[in-house]
Amino acid sequence: MSNHEYTPSSKFGKWFNDRLPLLTLGKHLTDYPTPKNLNYWWTFGGILTFCLITQIVTGLILAMHYVAHADLAFGSVEHIMRNVNYGWLIRYTHANGASMFFLAVYIHIFRSLYYGSYKSPREIIWILGMIIYILMMAAAFMGYVLPWGQMSFWGATVITNLFSAIPLIGESIVTWLWGGYSVDNPTLTRFFSLHYLIPFLILGLVVLHIWALHVPGNNNPIGIDLKKPSKDTVPFHPYIVIKDLFALLIFLIIFAFFVFYSPNILGHADNYIEANPMVTPAHIVPEWYLLPFYAILRSVPDKLLGVIAMFGALFILVILPWLDTSRTRSAIFRPLYKQFYWFLVADVLILGYVGAMPAEGIYLLVARVATAYYFAHFLIILPVLSRKEKVLDVPLSITEPVLGGSVSASALKQKKDKL
Amino acid sequence: MKRFLIIFFFLISINLIHPFSFAAEKAAKPMSPGWSFKGFFGTFDRASLQRGYQVYTEVCASCHSMKHLSYRNLSQPGGPEFSEDQVKIIASQFEVRDGPNDDGEMFDRPGRPSDNFVSPYANDKEATAANGGAYPPDMSVLVKARMGGADYIYSLLLGYEEPPEGISLDDGVYYNKYMAGNKIKMSNPLSEGIVEYADGTKATEEQMAKDVTTFLSWTAEPHLEERHKIGFRAIVYLIIITILVYFSMKKIWSRVESEI
Repeated sequence: MSNHEYTPSSKFGKWFNDRLPLLTLGKHLTDYPTPKNLNYWWTFGGILTFCLITQIVTGLILAMHYVAHADLAFGSVEHIMRNVNYGWLIRYTHANGASMFFLAVYIHIFRSLYYGSYKSPREIIWILGMIIYILMMAAAFMGYVLPWGQMSFWGATVITNLFSAIPLIGESIVTWLWGGYSVDNPTLTRFFSLHYLIPFLILGLVVLHIWALHVPGNNNPIGIDLKKPSKDTVPFHPYIVIKDLFALLIFLIIFAFFVFYSPNILGHADNYIEANPMVTPAHIVPEWYLLPFYAILRSVPDKLLGVIAMFGALFILVILPWLDTSRTRSAIFRPLYKQFYWFLVADVLILGYVGAMPAEGIYLLVARVATAYYFAHFLIILPVLSRKEKVLDVPLSITEPVLGGSVSASALKQKKDKL
Repeated sequence: MKRFLIIFFFLISINLIHPFSFAAEKAAKPMSPGWSFKGFFGTFDRASLQRGYQVYTEVCASCHSMKHLSYRNLSQPGGPEFSEDQVKIIASQFEVRDGPNDDGEMFDRPGRPSDNFVSPYANDKEATAANGGAYPPDMSVLVKARMGGADYIYSLLLGYEEPPEGISLDDGVYYNKYMAGNKIKMSNPLSEGIVEYADGTKATEEQMAKDVTTFLSWTAEPHLEERHKIGFRAIVYLIIITILVYFSMKKIWSRVESEI
């Protein structure tokens, strides 16, 4: 937060700013002191903002042509693909945009885990981020239902049926969610309505997320508190703006490859078959970004406990700042945590893989072990590490190790590797 | 940093592979005859599309609908590109139910280019009943609706064989080595010379399978050529601007003593 008063140079600017301090806000955003050692993993915040806006703009246009009706939805999507000017481009951007959004958010979350960005004083930023992530999953799931293909229909059936696991009132809740006794037109129309609403909720939360970020300022790769502004920081504009732009362009090139050259590779072929309640697909698989949670759900033999495990896997992330109480933020100075961090990454990848496989035999066994490890990481390993781990010496400032300050040689070497 | 990258590309690749890993039980791996529409600059073979339309309309269309296409699509750029006059003639060969007229009655009239492809059956139930209980799927997006896409459709058309020893087939069920479970309710639709190509190409089974699959790939993705063209330009543009931004970034950051 910049505390210095800002006075616009023009008379009108001053008049306006006294009534609505938008110019002060703009000044704050451009001057915002940012650690100068941020690496490219820190560019995903900007990339995610871009993704959200892309989804909202393309979604807005799609909604002008889409018809939310069980008999017409599939045909209206084909109408967009065939007859609407550049409809194919808008729809493929929207569909692949969802995948790119999740790719970016996973990198963003794992960056936060590596560098301890969720720790005090940034807990609220982290919790807001987790709420955004959960809303993203809800929005993506409902969006996948809208084309009303086979995977849309059966995915909706499987996921909404999860709520029937709730004792006593489960069945009534599912009927209430469906607006009937099966997934049908009322389900589709309400999913469309909510799919339209959620991105704007996310947008609001993103504003809060950034606001909360601007109170303590960015964390940084060595995870220390900085004096701001100081030799360790650079103003957001132009330094971070140009760097974020460069990273965004690289991201866009990958995005463009998907949109123009493999637009359907991330989807499932069955979703080009119109929904048919009488025919169940051989394998019902959610989108790739939901697979780890799907694996956790299926690894528990009891339906209710499986649902609890799946939501627990998300909730456990929300309370993470109180599970990992180590005062050292960055994994660079936590040799043991660093190892376990990579184990967790591997564990989530394995969960994603078995989530796509049939829940039987070796896959089911692997899913169970990986699920147990996922919870052990957060509930056992992190609390124990927080107390027992011997951390390396942390430098006092970003410039200090450069100037040959009192930082241990190994930490300096590791830091160089990371940057 | 490197390790990060490797891991995340691994994450993506693993999840890209999954849909294909259990694509088809007991089915042979599809063949590929080499498609002109694959790759960065892929375009459809115009003559093949026109022949493919002939195969579709003379063979497939007696059971399979194609309700998301209109006759006018046949003259659009990037498709078979029949002339507009040809399309008018093609459309007029079909009877379209229209109405109600001013007297409140439905009536039949010859098709117009703006009409959707006329379906062979009045509804899905009739289609199913007329085909021994197996619904002949709509072909508009069939290539995108099957794992393996064009390769799979092509292979399936050529995959009819005598069933191996020990497999007995019910009436109206046929053996096809590319079909999941090897049993299919569609009889072998192609036989040499079943159509007579207007351009004099010899109508072998392979030729017809390739032509009709090319046609179906176009119906599933009518803007493919435009997509490839725009995509190439977009990516070249992005690469150029990325390079420019990279040097601007280097210049700006040269004022700060820090690596980027």
